Amino acid sequence: MIDYHALAPEILLTTTVMAVLVVDMLPVRKYWTAVVGLLGLFVTVIPVLTLGFCESLDFCEATGVRTMFGESYVVDTFSLVLKGLFIGSAFVALLLSVGYLESDRFWQGEFYFLMLASVLGAVVMASSRDLVTMFVGLELVTGPTFLMAGWRKGDARSNEAALKYFIIGVLSAAVLLFGMSLVYGVTGELTFTGIRQASVGVLDGDLGGLFIIGVLFTLLGFAFKVSAVPFHFWTPDTYEGSPTPVTAYLSVVSKTAGFVGLLAICYLAFAEVATLWGAGLWILAALSMTVGNLIALRQTNVVRLLGYSSIAQGGFILVPFGAAIAANASGADLEEAFFATVTYLLIYAFMNLGAFAVVIAVGNRLRSAEIDDWSGLFNYSPALAGMLGLFFFSLAGIPPLAGWFAKFVMFRSVLAVGNTWATALAVIAVVNSVIAFYYYSKVVISAFMRPVPDHVPAAELRHYKTAPSLQFALVLTAIGVILIGIFPTLVAEIGEATRTFASGF
Amino acid sequence: MILSQFVILGAALFSIGVYGVLTRRNAVLVLLSVELMLAAVNINFVAFDVYFQDAIAGGQIFSLFIIAVAAAEVGIGLAIVLLIFRNRQSANVDELDLMKL
Repeated sequence: MIDYHALAPEILLTTTVMAVLVVDMLPVRKYWTAVVGLLGLFVTVIPVLTLGFCESLDFCEATGVRTMFGESYVVDTFSLVLKGLFIGSAFVALLLSVGYLESDRFWQGEFYFLMLASVLGAVVMASSRDLVTMFVGLELVTGPTFLMAGWRKGDARSNEAALKYFIIGVLSAAVLLFGMSLVYGVTGELTFTGIRQASVGVLDGDLGGLFIIGVLFTLLGFAFKVSAVPFHFWTPDTYEGSPTPVTAYLSVVSKTAGFVGLLAICYLAFAEVATLWGAGLWILAALSMTVGNLIALRQTNVVRLLGYSSIAQGGFILVPFGAAIAANASGADLEEAFFATVTYLLIYAFMNLGAFAVVIAVGNRLRSAEIDDWSGLFNYSPALAGMLGLFFFSLAGIPPLAGWFAKFVMFRSVLAVGNTWATALAVIAVVNSVIAFYYYSKVVISAFMRPVPDHVPAAELRHYKTAPSLQFALVLTAIGVILIGIFPTLVAEIGEATRTFASGF
Repeated sequence: MILSQFVILGAALFSIGVYGVLTRRNAVLVLLSVELMLAAVNINFVAFDVYFQDAIAGGQIFSLFIIAVAAAEVGIGLAIVLLIFRNRQSANVDELDLMKL
């Protein structure tokens, strides 16, 4: 029997995707497709909440973890938290897109259709517990985004962004699949639990080498998706060339989807070879933080700067994975690492979406994302300048903004291990936090302290009104960043609930 | 059944595909090379599936999914290549260098 309650988020999201297409055909303003999409996302949150609080609801039959389709689709706390995160971030990303698409001659209905289809893929990924479902979910996330990246059809930069992203995307999918095929070849299993059971002691056997190659190729495929250095080359170009709302979507939903896949595969399927992926991701984390931050230092364009900053943030999110490098890491240490990654992802979504909302709002006024053009933003738009400071300092990890707590749990997870390698990674992360603070504050200082450049019509811009949908997105993310920063227990409890996911060690 | 022949064929095809992606300048040929890599993966999956006598035929089902997804991806890829060709009268990936570091 099929558990329709457990599948309700996916079913509702699919219905929304179809409804957007239907509304697109009706002779009404295309604006309504966005309204239908937003409503659909809002409705989709309801079953996620009822499933999450199932025990305290009368009509809900509490069955604990809901397992479906021969262990390949599981609805547990971890998947529900991530589904909520995906739907929430997509809601904000859609709000960001509305004004942007209305401002010029864009295809609207198709855009929302593709974005919602991509969110559906992310939601499926959060629940998938076998290689086939994981792969299909991942392709459903990335496929539509290739097209969204090239949405400014006449613009050569947008074209270039789409093609670069597409080629790297399919290449990484092929590498990922080759890794998966080798893992299947060694273990004969496709479900994560099956792979885990079959891989006990496999490294000491004849096929140990093959299994290592399979695991590393799989990680490499995901490393492309989360744009970890040295697989990051597409990121800055795609971020800069894509329409800015798409960049926001890529840097939050698409990237988080990659991390969800990484979390599920590492902590479930490859649990027996934790030191192997721990070592691989240790290197990727150290490289991503260092290279991302160092190149971000010399950027003059805010979108590109945020592109490199998101590579560096990806490195910070990978840091807790690196804790598994220690052979003596206990189950509690890995649970702590898992908790740190999930918490960081939750907070990262708020602050990065907020930062991109500011970029879009300022971009609407200035038609430019150059840091020099942003000088003196405070003089003609103090509220936006304040928001800019809020989100950028949060990304830098300054208390009392949400970013500090993300950094705090990240450091705590590696320092708790007490191993030389784990401590070394913490030291690298500290140095990088300082570098990151420099370039984030550079933008904020320029906006607050420098004079307005001559070619910027400050007097006219003083009366420019931000689109209501954009205002709503800004307020939503700003409240999130401030509230989480002051009451970190809000996310800590959500992260805590997912901790049992990694308790199998 | 001799498994190694199929696995070596798969690995060779995959390597040729990677070589093609790295050296080809025309976007359509890059796409073709990626298809080669996916074909290699399919060979691997089917070979392992038959070798294991997988009761639920997981490997063969996986390769069916890969074929479907690959077709969808080629559709997207050709659309993007057409768009670029229309704007620049060329599908050479080396000429796409508007943005650097």
